[in-house]
Amino acid sequence: MKILMVDDDFDYLIQQKLILETEGYEVITAENEKQARELINSEKFDLAIFDLMIDDLDSGFLLSYEVKKKDPAIPVIIVTAVKSQTGFSFESVTENEKKWIKADLILSKPVRPDQILKEIQKLTV
Amino acid sequence: MTYSLEKCKVLIVDDEPQMCRGIRKILDNFRVVVEDTASEVFFEADCAVAKDEFFELIERQDYGIILLDYKMPDVSGLELLEHIVSRNKNTLVIMITAYATFETAVQSTKLGAYDFLAKPFNPDELRNSLKKAVTRFMLSRKAQEFEEEKKKIRFQFISVLSHELKAPLNAIEGYLDIMQNRFDSISRDDFNLMLNRSKIRLDGMRKLIFDLLDLTRIESGEKKRNPELLDLSKIAASSIEMFSEDARKRNIKLSLNAEVPGEIIADRAEIEIIFNNLISNAIKYNKDNGFVRLKIAQHRDKIRIIAADSGIGMSFEEKARLFKEFSRIKNEKTAHILGSGLGLFTLNKIVKFYDGDIKVKSLPGKGTVFAITFAEGVLYDN
Repeated sequence: MKILMVDDDFDYLIQQKLILETEGYEVITAENEKQARELINSEKFDLAIFDLMIDDLDSGFLLSYEVKKKDPAIPVIIVTAVKSQTGFSFESVTENEKKWIKADLILSKPVRPDQILKEIQKLTV
Repeated sequence: MTYSLEKCKVLIVDDEPQMCRGIRKILDNFRVVVEDTASEVFFEADCAVAKDEFFELIERQDYGIILLDYKMPDVSGLELLEHIVSRNKNTLVIMITAYATFETAVQSTKLGAYDFLAKPFNPDELRNSLKKAVTRFMLSRKAQEFEEEKKKIRFQFISVLSHELKAPLNAIEGYLDIMQNRFDSISRDDFNLMLNRSKIRLDGMRKLIFDLLDLTRIESGEKKRNPELLDLSKIAASSIEMFSEDARKRNIKLSLNAEVPGEIIADRAEIEIIFNNLISNAIKYNKDNGFVRLKIAQHRDKIRIIAADSGIGMSFEEKARLFKEFSRIKNEKTAHILGSGLGLFTLNKIVKFYDGDIKVKSLPGKGTVFAITFAEGVLYDN
């Protein structure tokens, strides 16, 4: 199974990639929106994990939208430190939230490895 | 000069309603210009003719100035004065007294009265007294705002700094966790990658701490400056020497063209910080096989230090933020360049301390030129 992972924190990206790889996943990565778009358009993947704030404050939302436009069946997880940094909180649970947040799940950074692995399994059964 | 319009709340405490009305009328059309705070103040007055009314009003809001009758029928003016001062020390009290004895004056001053107005007084005397008081009030309000602003800036600085110090720790901890928990499933190459990244983040953190120490020394003014006769060209040469290895790794050519020795009297450590920051930035934000050209030149009584590089350059908007603390230009090209965001902020502080001037020219993708100008000779003298 192939996962697209986008985060502008280079070390965090390497770490998540290594963790997922040791669990048997194949991981492709991008560090900015431009690279991410290229991969979204050129690669086939089964799940995407986006940091929320990359080039812009809402990069993660935009990328989710693009993935869902391409294939609504691909699960998308947004990972963000926005809650711990700003106290601003949102989720993608109610119908109204789902209307504008095109992600299946929003997780707060820091995310523990077992947590992300569990969520990936849940979304890809 | 433009003045901001400010309001000063005044409370008149007098048992004669006529007196209240009279003062109010005078205040209605009265404005005071306070030059030092660039403000034009108008007054808005309330009246209290009895004790109860006084307490009700003063609980409800803060007054800038209170005109207080010394002799109230149901309470002593001194008692009210004590209450006002203990409640808000910024409120200025002008005592209105009919029998102005020396003793009352001493007593009221001890309790915190700001001024006296002897009954009967004419409108000009009232205006003069209010003008004095409101000037004082505006100045202390300004000083207080300034203090609060300083506190806020300090707090912001510390919270950004904490974040900057936490980030490398999180990164290193993340690598250690993987090495510890997934040791058996990690390749040799990945293991080395993690070690290298950890070291890079440690170096970045150390650099941040050193930059922070430099900045604190300069900001606190506690560090004693040692003025001595310096040759800028010699300091430039040794700084180039220091960074030659970093430059060689990326095949960047470092050169120095010293047209003059560039003699100044200043603190050596601070001048070294200038050169070190200029050169390390010019290398960091350069392209492989590029160049960094340093020049020391003299034009009349000015000495110029010019650092030109063939680096990635920056946009106009990026340039505008360059000398702010913790401002690091974030784009695709700088994503993997580590920096504390304090280097140029500190450099700018030093240059300004010596009455120097910095100019920056930059073209994205082409390179950047920093030009620093000092007056020749004695920049600092104990």
